[in-house]
Amino acid sequence: MSRREPLRLLGLLLALTLAGCGSEADSAVDRGPGQSAAKPAYGDTFIDALTGNISGLIPNVLTDSASFEVGSLIYSGLVTRDKDLNIIGELAESWEFSRDCLDLTFRLRRNARWHDGRPFTADDVVFTYETMINPKTPTAYREDFRAISTVEAVDPFTLHVRYTQPYAKALQSWSTWILPRHVLESYVREGRLREAPQNRSNPVGTGPYRFSEWKPGEKVVLVANPDYFEGRPYLSRIVYRIIPSQATIFLELKAKGVDSAGPAGLTALQFKRQADFPAFRKAYNKFQYQDNAYTYLGFNLSDPRFADRRVRQAFAHAINKRELIDGVRLGLGREATGPYKPGTWAYNPNVRTYPYDLARARELLAAAGWRPRDADGILVKDGQPFEFVLRTNQGNDERRKVAEIVQASLKDLGVRVDIQVIEWASFLKEYIRKKRFEAIILGWGIGLDPDQYEVWHSSKRGPDDLNRIGYANPEADEMLEQGRASCVEAERKKYYDRFQEILAEDQPIVFLYFRDALPVVSSRIRGIIPSPNGIRHNFNEWYVPKQLQRYTAG
Amino acid sequence: MLGYALRRLVLAVPLLIGITLISFFVIHLAPGEPTDLGTGDTPVQSDREVRERLRQMYGLDKPLHVQYVNWLTRLARLDFGRSFSPDARPVLQKIGERLPITLLLNVVEMTIIVALAIPIGVFSATRQYSRFDKVTTIFVFVGFATPDFWLALMLMILFGVQLGWLPISGLRSPMWEYLSFWQQQWDFAGHLILPILVATFGGLAGFSRYMRQSMLEVVRQDYIQSARAKGLAESVVIGKHALRNALLPIVTVLGLSLPGLIGGSVIVESIFAIPGMGQLMVQAVFERDYPVIMGNLVIVATLTLGANLIADLTYSLVDPRIRVAARRGRR
Repeated sequence: MSRREPLRLLGLLLALTLAGCGSEADSAVDRGPGQSAAKPAYGDTFIDALTGNISGLIPNVLTDSASFEVGSLIYSGLVTRDKDLNIIGELAESWEFSRDCLDLTFRLRRNARWHDGRPFTADDVVFTYETMINPKTPTAYREDFRAISTVEAVDPFTLHVRYTQPYAKALQSWSTWILPRHVLESYVREGRLREAPQNRSNPVGTGPYRFSEWKPGEKVVLVANPDYFEGRPYLSRIVYRIIPSQATIFLELKAKGVDSAGPAGLTALQFKRQADFPAFRKAYNKFQYQDNAYTYLGFNLSDPRFADRRVRQAFAHAINKRELIDGVRLGLGREATGPYKPGTWAYNPNVRTYPYDLARARELLAAAGWRPRDADGILVKDGQPFEFVLRTNQGNDERRKVAEIVQASLKDLGVRVDIQVIEWASFLKEYIRKKRFEAIILGWGIGLDPDQYEVWHSSKRGPDDLNRIGYANPEADEMLEQGRASCVEAERKKYYDRFQEILAEDQPIVFLYFRDALPVVSSRIRGIIPSPNGIRHNFNEWYVPKQLQRYTAG
Repeated sequence: MLGYALRRLVLAVPLLIGITLISFFVIHLAPGEPTDLGTGDTPVQSDREVRERLRQMYGLDKPLHVQYVNWLTRLARLDFGRSFSPDARPVLQKIGERLPITLLLNVVEMTIIVALAIPIGVFSATRQYSRFDKVTTIFVFVGFATPDFWLALMLMILFGVQLGWLPISGLRSPMWEYLSFWQQQWDFAGHLILPILVATFGGLAGFSRYMRQSMLEVVRQDYIQSARAKGLAESVVIGKHALRNALLPIVTVLGLSLPGLIGGSVIVESIFAIPGMGQLMVQAVFERDYPVIMGNLVIVATLTLGANLIADLTYSLVDPRIRVAARRGRR
């Protein structure tokens, strides 16, 4: 039931999980005698937990993270990311950019087959492109393909893409799920891709697992694809159980009813306290890495009080981020200084920071014209007391707690904050889209590419757009435009470094923290390599040594 | 009698339409549209074109009354439409795959509740203020006051984790396909024990109290005195003369709870990971999936009207006084 509203953090990007460094397995566990003798073996069933029902089997037209998780094993892209987040080939063997970044040529694998046995060819990629740009296709990922002028199959295994202008995300955009022309063409033409039977059962992909069964609300079962182009994956069968309650997932882990707490992992409380006993540490490996999502305190910048940069800076100084993380995440998170994750190439560590400093915060507010009134300590300007409503969405306990801590912090400053928690759909429609809010606690998922044009560019301030706070800074705009127009990383870094300096100075929102992802996986599963890209980047290489296999019937 | 039933049936049609009309407008009062929800924290492009196309596809661009008329016309042909969620599946199919498990749970639960509540009520009433009465009173009130989710978690910890006797959640074990037929049935039944226990414990209080109250009233009646005076055995007095009369109000209450059989408890379903009607409905509300919400509503409304009618009809069958009164009234 808490499917979409609270933590729609990663969306598409979840499938390509990006993570910071500092990933670390809880390797103090006793791996048992099997470890030394263990060698990769085929077989066994991996039982995973999803908190949300999947909404379909063609991820290109879906938006929920559960569907992406399942879809990423059924379908492949031309490219993917390795453990260090480098782009590597998946269906593509190699590629080449022309010097002006406008021509991109892929050489495709010759040994890839669709799950129905038909060979995969460049024509399927052309079809996928046509699907994505077809106005009748209800996809949220069209933007990635807009800069393309032509896509053509030079021969069955060579694909040529021409761009109208250099597009930084060109290569990454080809990690999109490639769809089979011979199965889906008629549905795409009629604009009924969502109604295609393959969205409900027996989807045809090229990925390491094939579809076996989907019982809505109960489970999705996948089986290993023996013809997978990189070789059959070790785990024979994947069962995704749909368990809406995180408390139940945790009990299932204790009773060994599931092998993993799912891609989202445990809650901070479970991870830190409840899972910290010897039997659990023996049965499961705990992992911790930075998630691709940050939580922020946002302001409506058309409100004259928040339009003054000093006020926002004062708020940043008044919030003790470390204490906030300790309070709501039990310390399992990292302070954010901007919208990029520490440890990724675009991250700029040398920006202005706002250490907890109430005196400095008071000075800034005084400079902005806010003077304390004697009686109740509330700040006043032009006869108006400083008070506002801080809103967040229902169903996300963490955000509610953040709001409460912000409320208490600002009270010390003489600012009165009321908190309102609103159901997600109403929140979006009535407050965000109509810009009828003063301040909000929300989060953003961030992508693998540093391009954040959609969120920060001044042209994206419309009711349907994502620059919800109404931020507009001409220099920031320019950096975003330059940054997305180059395909040379070193050059892009210059623009994004400057962009982060501007954001740090402006504090259009107070960047609070990046949360940690806290997955746990049964200790009988071997081959997991924790990395900046999380743990699922090499899922096909996970295995269970023969003597430890639990579900041998499969 | 037949004429009366027919008249009621005919009257039920405008009533049903009225219910759907009000519901349709009320659910559209909640802000937000299904097309708004594709964008949350994920900075994917909120594509205005896509949104407009979806709105056209769903008919959301038309005025509300036109939408209602369209919906009603389709319904008249028993076409409940397709879900607005991205799986775009027929509403009836979505409800159809969730209904059996909810129905099964509720029927079993109801049967157990009735089977337990009647004897508890009878004994409490005939031995009013006895130790049995006091203990059961405390017990059913504890059951009534215990939050579902808390009890569920406690039972899961005890029977699932500590003792390991019962599965914790879901409907089938992950390796269900590989079990023999009888093992499969056993496995499935095992998964139902805890959810049924939780739901029964909470529902017992109401019925047993009704029964007790009803029984207390009946045993004070004169005809019970006469039965005793005739020298009938106490078991016959209570079991035959008193019980039959005391059951009357229970039949009514039971009849009215029929439509509830297809509604699932969201809390119990979520905790036990049971894909039932409750979860479907709540998800549909969060997603503003109007066709699913309305489809479910129509079914519940129809059942409620039907149950009302059946309750009224059987009532007059069971209780001669009503039949007589009705006839006199007509004259």
